[in-house]
Amino acid sequence: MTLAVILICAAFLLALAPFALVTRPVQVASRLIYGASLAVSVASLAASLAHLLAAAPAETIALPLGIPWLGAHFRLDALSGFFLIVVDLGAIGASLFALGHGLHETAPERVLPFYPAFLTGMTCVVLADDAFTFLLSWEFMSLTSWALVMAHHRVPENVRAGFIYLVMASFGTLCLLLGFGLLAGSDGHYTFAQMRAAHPSAAVGAMAMLLVLFGAGSKAGIVPLHVWLPLAHPAAPSHVSALMSGVMTKVAVYGFIRIVFELAGGPAWWWSIVVLTLAGVTTVMGVLYALMQHDLKRLLAYHTVENIGIVFIGLGLALAFKAYDMSFAAALAFTAALLHVLNHSLFKSLLFFGSGAVLAATGERDMEHLGGLIHRMPQTAFVFLVGCVAISALPPLNGFVSEWLTFQAILLSPQLPSWGLKLLVPAVGALLALSAALAAACFVKAYGVTFLGRPRTQAAKAAVEADSFSLAAMMLLAALCLVAGILPGLFIDAIAPASSALIGARMPAQSGLQWLSIIPIAASRSSYDGLLLFLFMIISGTLAASAIHRFASDRLRRAPAWDCGYPDPNPATQYSAMSFAQPIRRVFGSVVFQAREVAGMPPPGDTRPAWLKVELRDLIWDYLYAPLAATVGSAAERLNRLQFLTIRQFLTLVFGALVILLMVLAVWS
Amino acid sequence: MSPIDFDIAHMLAGLLVLISFLELYQDRLYALLNVYAAHALVLALSVAWQAFIQDAPHLYVTAVIALVFKAAVIPVALHRIIVRLGIHRGIEKVVSIGMTMLAGMGLVALSLVVMLRVTQQAGRLAQEDLAFALSVVLLGLLMMVTRRNAVGQVVGFMSLENGLVLAATGAKGMPLVVEISVAFSILIAFIVIGIFLFRIRERFDTVDVQVMDSFRGEHR
Repeated sequence: MTLAVILICAAFLLALAPFALVTRPVQVASRLIYGASLAVSVASLAASLAHLLAAAPAETIALPLGIPWLGAHFRLDALSGFFLIVVDLGAIGASLFALGHGLHETAPERVLPFYPAFLTGMTCVVLADDAFTFLLSWEFMSLTSWALVMAHHRVPENVRAGFIYLVMASFGTLCLLLGFGLLAGSDGHYTFAQMRAAHPSAAVGAMAMLLVLFGAGSKAGIVPLHVWLPLAHPAAPSHVSALMSGVMTKVAVYGFIRIVFELAGGPAWWWSIVVLTLAGVTTVMGVLYALMQHDLKRLLAYHTVENIGIVFIGLGLALAFKAYDMSFAAALAFTAALLHVLNHSLFKSLLFFGSGAVLAATGERDMEHLGGLIHRMPQTAFVFLVGCVAISALPPLNGFVSEWLTFQAILLSPQLPSWGLKLLVPAVGALLALSAALAAACFVKAYGVTFLGRPRTQAAKAAVEADSFSLAAMMLLAALCLVAGILPGLFIDAIAPASSALIGARMPAQSGLQWLSIIPIAASRSSYDGLLLFLFMIISGTLAASAIHRFASDRLRRAPAWDCGYPDPNPATQYSAMSFAQPIRRVFGSVVFQAREVAGMPPPGDTRPAWLKVELRDLIWDYLYAPLAATVGSAAERLNRLQFLTIRQFLTLVFGALVILLMVLAVWS
Repeated sequence: MSPIDFDIAHMLAGLLVLISFLELYQDRLYALLNVYAAHALVLALSVAWQAFIQDAPHLYVTAVIALVFKAAVIPVALHRIIVRLGIHRGIEKVVSIGMTMLAGMGLVALSLVVMLRVTQQAGRLAQEDLAFALSVVLLGLLMMVTRRNAVGQVVGFMSLENGLVLAATGAKGMPLVVEISVAFSILIAFIVIGIFLFRIRERFDTVDVQVMDSFRGEHR
């Protein structure tokens, strides 16, 4: 019943797409599409919440769509219910935001038809219960998001982003297709139910795991398959960027979990080594890339790479523990990963909305042209600050809880019997800690340069507060971030059915504990109480503020007190994003990005200004993708000659291929 | 199945392969068309025999189609085309006849090796039948590759199709719809090719594909 409701919601969204083309004027179409998407997403969210909270058994539906006699199978269980909530929450936020923000869109006819279709695609991926439906929905999701990326197709860098996205999406789908082919076996068991029952051999399972890691990883943004992500996500309109970064990467994570934890058979111990290594590298590389960025939306996109790394660290740990039958620890790591999926979707959507509001108000994405927005957009500045605190994993917000749970799982790693993992997991933990610290630095930079200080350009000076719909969407997500931060027990308990279904164990129930604290392992080891911490922060902050105002002055004064040694009123003399990142660039960037700083000083008497230039190289692009592209290009150049054969030469080619294949058959069989 | 049934089926299929070799050998267009008519006639006989021994009356329809269209209509039509095109010269082959025959023998050996080994679970008749059919298909392809004249390539294509029909009728339980649709698609292909031959001839004054290549815009 619930599943039927959700499927009807998805079909309704799909049917909505044509209305975007026929409804005029555009403002009405925009309100119609986003308003209807909002309403449908709320209905879908209610249905999936009802399913998850009631711990209802899995529901299946087979519809006579797609391939004859195979049909389309859909299934709603705890895992897909959880991910549906992630999708729907993101969709609700994005639709609400777009009700206001969408009016700034310059090419609405290129955004409106694809937006509801994109939501349908993501919903269907999460519900699919056979390989065909899964791949079809997956491709549908990729193509609609590609169309949204190409909404502003006259910008040359968007065209490049769209092309790279398309290539990487095809690669990912190819990997998934091969993975499903392996799991389906020679009998062609394309439904997940048959795959679950099939128990593939160890070699097949391992091959499928690697293929799915590459296939889903390229969509999620695992290094070194992340290249398209920071190009494509910022190119889309801001509410779509939020969906792509906050939700679509999570759908990719869902694909990985569904196949690797459920369909590929029991994990071997070395699977986790592959996953953990890639995840650790992803985490640190993502945040380092982000630190080097001054484009606000691109910075956020690189942080998505980092957070996907954190999610995959949790999943890798869950695989490691599961391989050694430490089901309790596996459940802890798995829960941490899923909680981070939810948390990241909340705060990353919030931050992208904030950057969209800034973009709409100033027309700028480059932080070096912003500044001082806290005075002009105070409410946006506040909710953006909440998002920054959450993504920097500071208590009492939600980012802290999931990263803390991941660390709790890492601290259980000494119990693993394998020495390789015993050595690897603490190293990954160190990388995670490093990336958390760097992320905090990065968001101090992003927030400080964008919202604090003085405006650097006229555009920033003329900014006005975002509209009420956008603010409502951001405040909703900020409130959810806070709720997930101070009441994590509710969320952990909601994940428990998914954990029991896939891991075979669950974390102990948290909701009955005193003071709403969470105790992942045992009270003697560690516990966290977000609510108490929050109350303490509120009380101590209020006391401190009132004490200061009571004993000092209660008046807000503005005065040129200490002017930091720059009496020059030019805002260009402020600390810039580039100068903020310089220490970290010198420590890490010189190796990771081959960063070089070149200073130019004009000769005495010359009135030109001095300059400082920073050169960064993307080694992954230079050493992996550039040679690959060159090889493909030269191969295409050589094979081009095949286009100009005569008819008889073509026939000879076919004939020769047939004879050779028959000979192979004759020799082999 | 009595031994005589098997022997006659075997003989007819073998005859088809033999006539394929004869086709390869011909360097005159008239003679080639006559041999092709014989090819189609033997195919019709073979299909009719299969219909008799398999007790499958619908195969008689296939046999009649083969007899009427392939053994009569198409050769006569091609005859008229040749007359109207005015090509009575010999066929220039790309590869010499000796080499072609040697290659043909190699192909027959290959198809026997492959088919006899791959179809071990099938019945003996189907096994032999499939091996011969593959030989006919391969020989038809070889003819398409080695002929320079477009009419020669059409005949190669038709005899390739005869091989397909032989394979289809040898396997028990092939629905009639499949055979009829194959036959009609061949007929349509023949019509299209015939029309194109005239169009090509109108424009380029030749149906020699080697000459036509030089008319293509791209340079190799």
